[in-house]
Amino acid sequence: MSSTEVIGWFADIGLQDRPHVGGKGGSLGELQRAGIAVPPGFVVKTGAFERFLQALERKAPVRSVVESLKDVDLAEATARCAQVRARVEAEELPPDVLDEISAAHAALCGGGEGAHIPVAVRSSATTEDAADASFAGLQDTYLWVTSLSQTLQKVRSCWASLYSVESVTYRRKRNLPEEGVAMAVVVQKMVDARTAGVMFTRSPLTGDRSVVTIEGSWGLGSAVVGGEVTPDRWVLGKITGDISVREISEKLIQHVPLPTGGTEDVAVADDLRRTPCMSDAELQGLRAIARKVERHYGHPQDIEWAVERQTNEILLLQSRPETVWSAKEATPVARPAADPLSHVMSIFGGKR
Amino acid sequence: MTQPARPRGFPLPSSLQVVPGTERAQAAYPYTVQFGAGDDDRFWFYNSMHFPEPMSAFDMVTAEAAYCALGASNTRVHSLPTTLGIDHRIINGRVYIGGNAVTDPAEIARRTEEFQKRAFYYYENWERLYAQWREKMMKLIQDAQALPKPELPEFEPLANVHAGRGVASNHYLLDTYQKTLEGYFRMWHHHFEFLLLGYGAYLTFFAFCKKAFPEITDQTIARMVAGMEAEIFRPDDELRRLARRAVELGVDAKFQQQVPANDIIKTLQQSGEPGRAWLEELEISRHPWFNINVGDGFYHYHRAWNDDLSMPFACLPEYIKRVKSGESLERPIERLRAERQELIEGYRELLNTEEDRAAYDQMITLAHRVFPYVEGHKFYCEHWYTNLFFNKIREFGALLAAHGFFPNAEDAFQLSHYELELAIVDLMTSWSNGSPPRGPAQWPNIVAERRAALALWAKHETPPALGPVPDVIDDPAIVMLWGITRENLDAWLSADAGGNSNEIKGFAASSGVVEGPARIVKSVEEISRLKQGDILVCQITNPTWAPIFQTIVAAVSDIGGSMSHAAIVAREYGLPAVVGTGNATSRIKDGQRIRVDGGRGIVTILQ
Repeated sequence: MSSTEVIGWFADIGLQDRPHVGGKGGSLGELQRAGIAVPPGFVVKTGAFERFLQALERKAPVRSVVESLKDVDLAEATARCAQVRARVEAEELPPDVLDEISAAHAALCGGGEGAHIPVAVRSSATTEDAADASFAGLQDTYLWVTSLSQTLQKVRSCWASLYSVESVTYRRKRNLPEEGVAMAVVVQKMVDARTAGVMFTRSPLTGDRSVVTIEGSWGLGSAVVGGEVTPDRWVLGKITGDISVREISEKLIQHVPLPTGGTEDVAVADDLRRTPCMSDAELQGLRAIARKVERHYGHPQDIEWAVERQTNEILLLQSRPETVWSAKEATPVARPAADPLSHVMSIFGGKR
Repeated sequence: MTQPARPRGFPLPSSLQVVPGTERAQAAYPYTVQFGAGDDDRFWFYNSMHFPEPMSAFDMVTAEAAYCALGASNTRVHSLPTTLGIDHRIINGRVYIGGNAVTDPAEIARRTEEFQKRAFYYYENWERLYAQWREKMMKLIQDAQALPKPELPEFEPLANVHAGRGVASNHYLLDTYQKTLEGYFRMWHHHFEFLLLGYGAYLTFFAFCKKAFPEITDQTIARMVAGMEAEIFRPDDELRRLARRAVELGVDAKFQQQVPANDIIKTLQQSGEPGRAWLEELEISRHPWFNINVGDGFYHYHRAWNDDLSMPFACLPEYIKRVKSGESLERPIERLRAERQELIEGYRELLNTEEDRAAYDQMITLAHRVFPYVEGHKFYCEHWYTNLFFNKIREFGALLAAHGFFPNAEDAFQLSHYELELAIVDLMTSWSNGSPPRGPAQWPNIVAERRAALALWAKHETPPALGPVPDVIDDPAIVMLWGITRENLDAWLSADAGGNSNEIKGFAASSGVVEGPARIVKSVEEISRLKQGDILVCQITNPTWAPIFQTIVAAVSDIGGSMSHAAIVAREYGLPAVVGTGNATSRIKDGQRIRVDGGRGIVTILQ
């Protein structure tokens, strides 16, 4: 299926499309373009949101209401926001938008309302402002969504999160105009993860760019990201592949999908608790992916990954630029010398 | 004013006791190396890296000659700015050494100026001077080979008389002995001519990498610098070649495990043209490549392959088996070279700035230029020359034994080189006077006493260091050659306080994690005990042990650093290895299950 103003398939989009597909969507498209396996999916672009909002505005104003919430007390703002959100959640989609999302969902999941192939529905903010994006609500992710109607509902929930009171208050404090505030939504096939986790393409401890730090645990990645389990941890030489650190933790719980949708916490079987959740070959696979992604972006990355339960395929769920250490690096460790021999004075010349 | 009391420290030299009953053996070491006045004020450490076992009185010559030459190079020849030479002392057969740092800034500045006139000249003219070094070294080896076997005929040979030589055979004993010693002392000067400069250039790159990549392993840096065609690989290469030739000539069935080398040679001699052809190939390999000893060249009993073919022959059956299964035993030089280049470029790409990359290029270029010497000198110095030296002393031992000075030729090594010269003069005098020598009444008891002392000392624990702990270790020679840092010392001190007794730390030499039964191998004779899947635990591994790396799954040694030959060979074989543990052979028991984490340098005793 080809992409439109409403739908953007991962294969057709990249980071430059952020204004229409959001950061998360752009990143997933960019990864796929770079030849990295990601769970297949599409983005419900901001175009869809705009059409939806226009239909809503025709019934009663939305943006002007939200813009008027400056200098009102919190209780008032909370109530007004709740009303707006309720309207967003309840409003039917415009027919053309509904058709396009339904068709894309069918193409992704193999057809019809009857196909219960689960998807993840994730908000994908268009804002450049990292602090804004980190606000509660703007990172909504719905896992294991098992029907088209549920999917449509979660898309509306993602849109509605734009009007959480925290998000609105933030925009009002900064005098950001409501015109142009929009939200894209990622819909992608859910990965039934045997193992999942995160990795950094540098050391979080020393900032060393020559290592890849990997953390993972059994089941879905939400247990690792949410800090509900102490993950296994490895440090690999980025160039050499040498595994210099192996910390195998006692992994007590895992997140697994529920047949009815959503996920649940279950105890990890006794014999798996202290078993490494990744083989060495899989770790090397992650390392290769880490190098590829970092090369592609030209910058150290912070990556979420999962290993598919049936196929053992490694898939990337997300990749963002690493920010903590990157802010620090600027001064060279050493500078070239007019006489290359003078470098040896660092050893022979004494440290005092 | 009194010094503030240090919270922790090592025992003072004056508090160290000579093991009771070994006082006379201790006195065999000359006054120059006995602990004495002033030594309590300095920091010393036990040089277990080079001298892991108690030194016999004769073997002490290596410490004497080596520190003489090392100090000359540092102090007088290249004028290293912050350090002079290294002092050494011997107690209970153990060699303690102490650096001689230069701390006065004015003096450092003066020495720096000299250093740049001298060392920089060496760096700039490295290739020419190294080519010249090889010539000097080969000449020295030839001179040593040309020294006559010490002999005392009953009558001076008629030919000498008729030729009017005018100097009798007994004089040539002293002449040969003194030339033997002179050559050994000279060899050590050659050994150190480039060594510190080479290590310095390597460490410059090393330090840069550690700063730019704080978590990079020593072995990765070593792999970026190490050469591909270094002499250290040759003995093993020759064995592989001999295995191939054995198959090609159809004599491979003659090589069986557990059959003594001499029996195999005899069988080959009797098996017609192919057998003789293989033996000719053996001779080609032996000279010079079997002049490699099974230790580090510092003990007379670390014999060369040439003197004891059991090691190389023990490895041939396995190599032959691999040749017959169609495996190519050629070292994949091109692949290794490509891997090294990939590492260098991979790390280069990760550097943050163009300036870093330019500095990196300068440093690795210099490291690559100097490294062939660092890798290559050992074969010529510690192996080839040292074998010639000890074997010549052995000839003197045989002559003295024949004249009743002591029971066996090997007993000569229980005399210091000063005493040995005296014994030779004794024999010369007796030969000339026709009187019996005095030695037979003098030496046998002393030899027995010293052998007993060595056995006692070997069981005696000696502290890793002595004296006050320095605040910083800023002596490039000590850091470079022994890897001693302030952190090491703290670790030693806390080990005394009792750490995790199941964990043994060493240098991460070759990465990988493996578990298996430990096989403690203290001498070459024990090598046949190694079975497929064993972990080799030994005092030193060196190139001669390379062939057995095909049997074992990991290696642990008491001695060695990440750039040691053992480490290089382990990496090439892709085996996990931890070297320089200090005491793995005494802490691990034969047969115990252990885990070797070669990437972190940790050995764990599992049971």
